Amino acid sequence: MTTTVNPYGFRRPHLLGIEGLSKPEIVDLLDRAEANVAVSRQANKKRDGLRGRTQINLFFEASTRTQSSFELAGKRLGADVMNMSVASSSVKKGETLIDTAVTLNAMNPDVIVVRHHASGAVALLAQKVDCSVINAGDGAHEHPTQALLDALTIRRHKGRIERLTVAICGDILHSRVARSNILLLTALDARVRLVGPTTLIPQAFRDMGLEVTTSMKDGLKDADIVMMLRLQRERMNGSLVPSVREYFRYYGLDAEKLAYARPDALVMHPGPMNRGVEIDPAVADGPQSLIREQVEMGVAVRIAVLEAVTGNRNASAVESAP
Amino acid sequence: MNPTRRTADERPLVLDRARVVDPSRGLDALGAVIVTGGVIRAAGPEALNQGRPDGAEVIDCSGLVVAPGLVDMRVFVGEPGYDHRETFASASRAAASGGVTTIVTMPDTNPLIDEPALVDYVLRRARDTAVVRVHPMAALTKGQAGAEMTEFGLLKEAGAIGFTSGRSVVTNAMVLRRALTYARDFDGLVCHLPLDPDLAGSGVMNEGDTSVRLGLTGIPAEAESVMLARDLRLARLAGGRYHASAVSTAEAASLMAWAKDQGIQATSAVPITHLTLNEIDVGAYRTFFKMSPPLRREDDRLALVKALADGAIDVIVSNHDPQDVETKRQPFAEAADGAIAVETLLSAGLRLVHAGDLPLLRLFEATATRPARLVGLDAGTLSPGAPADIVVFDPEEPWVLSEADVVSRSKNTPYEGARFSGRVRRTLVGGRTVYVGS
Repeated sequence: MTTTVNPYGFRRPHLLGIEGLSKPEIVDLLDRAEANVAVSRQANKKRDGLRGRTQINLFFEASTRTQSSFELAGKRLGADVMNMSVASSSVKKGETLIDTAVTLNAMNPDVIVVRHHASGAVALLAQKVDCSVINAGDGAHEHPTQALLDALTIRRHKGRIERLTVAICGDILHSRVARSNILLLTALDARVRLVGPTTLIPQAFRDMGLEVTTSMKDGLKDADIVMMLRLQRERMNGSLVPSVREYFRYYGLDAEKLAYARPDALVMHPGPMNRGVEIDPAVADGPQSLIREQVEMGVAVRIAVLEAVTGNRNASAVESAP
Repeated sequence: MNPTRRTADERPLVLDRARVVDPSRGLDALGAVIVTGGVIRAAGPEALNQGRPDGAEVIDCSGLVVAPGLVDMRVFVGEPGYDHRETFASASRAAASGGVTTIVTMPDTNPLIDEPALVDYVLRRARDTAVVRVHPMAALTKGQAGAEMTEFGLLKEAGAIGFTSGRSVVTNAMVLRRALTYARDFDGLVCHLPLDPDLAGSGVMNEGDTSVRLGLTGIPAEAESVMLARDLRLARLAGGRYHASAVSTAEAASLMAWAKDQGIQATSAVPITHLTLNEIDVGAYRTFFKMSPPLRREDDRLALVKALADGAIDVIVSNHDPQDVETKRQPFAEAADGAIAVETLLSAGLRLVHAGDLPLLRLFEATATRPARLVGLDAGTLSPGAPADIVVFDPEEPWVLSEADVVSRSKNTPYEGARFSGRVRRTLVGGRTVYVGS
C-alpha cells in the first residue's frame, strides 16, 4: 500500500513533534492517513503492516481517547499492543523515567507511544531506547498526532488547509494541542488566530507574529475553522480565569459567537469537552461540529504514523547495517 | 434625589463674573459658566459671547471660583452592613458640602462587593438615596482574601468602575500579576494598597522617634516602599493599569517618579490627610489621627506635596473612612484606622495652594480631572457638553471646623478645630444644586 517512496516524504524513525517537519513531510503523513480512512470503515479492518511487531503504550497521564486510538491503530495493523499505565507501573514505586525506558527497551519493542506530563520527557526517552517513539502528548509542549488528525479532518471538509482562517480559542498557555496545531497549520499556510483572555495566551505568540485577540467577535470574524480548547478545572476558579460563568460569557462558544464566523465555519475540539464551560452543548452537537469525526480521523492518522515510523526505523537499520 | 434624573424644564443657569478653573482645558481665567438642561454649554472668558440664555437664573460669583466638582477615588461608606457609620445618603451629603460631586466607593462593606448583583445593589441604593454621583469599585479578589481574582468582566458590566483591594493587601505576587494581566482585557484599573502586612506587623503608627516616645509599635516606611516597588515591577510585567490606592512616604513618591520615567502604566493617590498632617499630630494618642497608611514624618509630607506638584503622584483622595465611637474611643493601639475627610477635601487642599506649594489648577487636576480619567468618567471638566458637576467656592473665606459642622454620620475628623481658608458656597450635580453654603 505504501510502496511508492516519496523522497521528500516523512522518513523519520520517531514522531516527537510537528516542529521541524517540512510541508512535504506533513502532507505525506496526511496522504497516508487519508488512505486509511476507507479501511477503517470497511467490515474487515485488519491489516498486517505491524504483524509480529510490539507496540508499547506508555501513558504517564490518564487518557481515554488517545490511548485507545493508538491501541486500536496498532491492533488493526496486527501489532502486539501492550498498555502500560502509571498506576500499574514501577513509576509509582519511584522508578525514574530513564530507568523505565531502559527496562522497556530490554524487551525489544518496535515502537513506544508515550504521554508524559513534563514537556520534553518524550524526547528524553527517545534518546534512551532503540525503537521508534511517538509523542502522544508531552506537558504543554506538543501533541503531534492531534494536530495531524485535526488537519486531516479540515482537509477532508474544506479540500485544503492553505489560506483557511483558523481561530484557536481558549487556554493556549497550557495547551500542547494548540502548539502543535499552530506549527502545523502555519507550515501549511493557514492563517492562524489565537483568541482568549490575556492570562491564557503567552505574549510570545504575539511576538512570533501570530494574530492574537481577546475578543471572540474579532477572532472569529471570517473564520473557516473554530478550534476550541479544553479549560482545565483547576484554572477556572480565580487563578487565571475568575469563574466558569465569566469564562463562558466571553469565551464559551455558543450559537451567538459562532455566528461571527463564516456561515460554513466548522467547529472542532480535541476533547474531552467541558460542556457549558468552553462550548455550548448545542454547538458541540450541532451541524457545524466535527468533534466526533476528529475521533475517527485519530485512528487513521495513528495507523499512518505507526506504520511510517516503524518502517523508517527498519529502513535506516538496514542502511546502517555493516 | 437622583442627580441624573432631572426635570427638563429647569431654568438655564449662569455663573457670572467667576474665576473659572478647568484643568481639562488648562483654563484659569475670569469668565462665566452657562448650564442648560443639566449640561455645561460654555465655560470661560468667552462663555457669554453669545449672550445669556433666555430666562436664565444669573448668580453673581464675584470673588468666587467655579471649577469642576471633585471626584474622590477612595471613599469608604458603611452601607451595606455598617449603616450606623455612614450611608450613601449621609456620605453623599458630606461630599456635596465639600464640593465633591462624584464618590468612588470602596467594596469593603458587609457583604463585600465582589459579585455583580452586589454592584447592582450599590448602584440602586445610591440612585435612590444619594445626592452626588456614586460609582462603586468592586473587590479585586474574592472575599478580599488575596487568592482568587473576581469577575472583572461581569462586575464591569454591572457598573463597577475599577477593582480594588480596599483596606486589604494582595501579598501573593502571582495573584496580583494575573489580576493585572486579566484586567487588561477589560481595560480595568487595578487599585492596590501597597503596605506589606508582615513588615507592618502589629504596628499602629509611623515607626520613628514619635512611636518610640509614645511606646507604640511602629510601621516602617519600608512596609510601603517594598510593596510598591514589587507592584510597579508586576505592572511592568503584566502590562495592566496599576493604581496605588494610597501612598504616604517620600520613598513611594520617588518610586512613582521612577515608574513614570520607565513608562510603566502606574498611577497613585495620596490622601489629603497625608498632605496636610504628620505623625506629630497624633499628639497624646489621638485616635482620629490613626489611619492606614499611617501619618508619616514631616519630610514625607513635604516630599508628597512636591511629587504631587510635579506629577509623580497623580491624585488626591480623601481616604474617607467613617468610624464610630465604638471603634475610635479606645486605647490608641486598639482603635480602628480611619478618618473622615471627604467634606474637608477641598478646604484642606486649598491650604497647599495658599502655602504656594500647588497651583489651583493642579489641585483640581489632582482632585477632579485626573481621577475622572483614571476611572473613565465624564467628569472633572467644564468642557461644553459635559454634565454640569460644579463646585462654587470662596477661596479665601476663613473658617474653623467645629464638630457641629460635620455633615458625615461619623464624626472622626482629624480637622476638628482646624483653620481653613476657603469654603464651598454651592455644589451642582448634573446642573441641580445639591448644596448651598451659608
